[in-house]
Amino acid sequence: MLEIKDICFERDHKKILDHINLVLDEEKFYVITGPNGSGKSTLAKIIMGITKPDSGQILLNGEDITSLSVDERAKKGIGFAFQQPVRFKGLTVYDLLKISVNKEISKKEACSILAKVGLCAREYVDREVNASLSGGELKRIEIATVMARNPKVAIFDEPEAGIDLWSFQNLTEVFKDLEELNKGITLVISHQERILEIADEIILLEKGKIKQIGEKEEMFKLLFEEPKCCRKEGGCCERDR
Amino acid sequence: MNEIDKNLLKEISEDSKKTSDAYNIRKNGKSIDRKTNPFIDIVSKEDNKGIDVYVKENTLLGIVHIPVLLTESGLKDVVYNDFHIGKNSNVIILAGCGVHNDEHKDTEHDGIHRFYLEENAKVKYVEKHYGEGRGSGKKKLNPVTEIFMKKGSNMTMDTTQIKGVDDTLRETKAVLDEDTTLVINEKILTNKNQNAKTVFDVRLDGKNASTHVTSRSVATENSYQEFVSNVTGNAKCYAHVECDAILKDMGCVKAIPEIYATTPDANLIHEAAIGKIQGEQLMKLMSLGLSEKEAEDVIIKGFLK
Repeated sequence: MLEIKDICFERDHKKILDHINLVLDEEKFYVITGPNGSGKSTLAKIIMGITKPDSGQILLNGEDITSLSVDERAKKGIGFAFQQPVRFKGLTVYDLLKISVNKEISKKEACSILAKVGLCAREYVDREVNASLSGGELKRIEIATVMARNPKVAIFDEPEAGIDLWSFQNLTEVFKDLEELNKGITLVISHQERILEIADEIILLEKGKIKQIGEKEEMFKLLFEEPKCCRKEGGCCERDR
Repeated sequence: MNEIDKNLLKEISEDSKKTSDAYNIRKNGKSIDRKTNPFIDIVSKEDNKGIDVYVKENTLLGIVHIPVLLTESGLKDVVYNDFHIGKNSNVIILAGCGVHNDEHKDTEHDGIHRFYLEENAKVKYVEKHYGEGRGSGKKKLNPVTEIFMKKGSNMTMDTTQIKGVDDTLRETKAVLDEDTTLVINEKILTNKNQNAKTVFDVRLDGKNASTHVTSRSVATENSYQEFVSNVTGNAKCYAHVECDAILKDMGCVKAIPEIYATTPDANLIHEAAIGKIQGEQLMKLMSLGLSEKEAEDVIIKGFLK
């Protein structure tokens, strides 16, 4: 169980996160959605330890992890897929996967991890994680590095960002599998209806506050049946713009 | 060969004797072991000042190994090695210099390597430089590589200097004829108060000549590196020079690119980037469970791989 207690984060006199309280349970697939600038990514980064909150606590299975660094949290079982995957000159996909699982693995094992994110593994395992890979390929590799760790809490920050629609359609299958198989907590930041459809629970964030949390059916009514909400592909909830 | 020699040899190349078709091991200014075969001959120059390596026409995938070991403190060894690569032949040449200096006098090796590639010859040249020893005497290496490429020939040069060399000036000059390709990959890591300067001077004279020069360097502690490249395009040709450097601590890197086209058909590109390790890279690896120090090591090791 992941508990987020009274998290506040302010920058330039603007409240990015305003007293956020959340309890997330195992084997559940959560999607945090909301307008741009609502604080979704900041909250995800605070859970991973990339950003330090001004106040509040984060508890993982009862243990206060608020003061732990990113690597210490990773060792406790938190995983984070970055919105913009990082490129590394000289490091191969295989190298990165070995770091992810924290042991020597065979190329065959690395391939089976890549297959889970829909990559034809043999073509990728020896490729460098550099600019020669497309946005969609990098995204899949990024997701694979998180899935390979079997984290207790897997966070995916806008997996749809920066990739074309075709790549994204394929990616939703990866998340569907994850929803079925992952025993831990899955937390996805997304605007995409296709990802929202997979969710067990949807958390709507607005202006740094949780506006509503609920199951898919009730949240869809709120999100998509109000007049100003856009339902186009690649669109987002626009009510507060 | 004693334990120090064996260790130096291991650092600059593993299993050289077993895998080579021909080799020449030079220690403290003298040739101490040699093997040749009917396709690859190695002949000493007068006064032991170096060797001539002759690769016969149409030799298919020969491996030649020419390591140099320096264990005598205060020695300055200058060697001239010439490689005559026959038409249509294909060889791998493994060179390298290991210096062990436990005393206060400076030890220096200046290796001048000249490559003469005949038509359609293909060479992969791998060079490793390494220094060790507890003495205050400096370990200096100043390699000069001159490459002359005839029509259709192809050469790849991988050069690495990762550890223990206090002072180095590396000069590489090449002249390329028609339909030739030269690829150079250089990797350098410096620390303490080390200095490393690299100069590339490539002249593309022939139609469809091309070159890719990639330099990746890491300057840490108080070390200083300088990268100078000078590429001249005198024909319809293509050149891509890339200098990438990571800085740590008080390390300094200066990159001086010069590209000069004497005809509108020459297509010459230079890219240079110097900076510290990106915070996002560290963060990603830390999110996979590595400490900041471990993440830094992984990034640098990968960068110089």
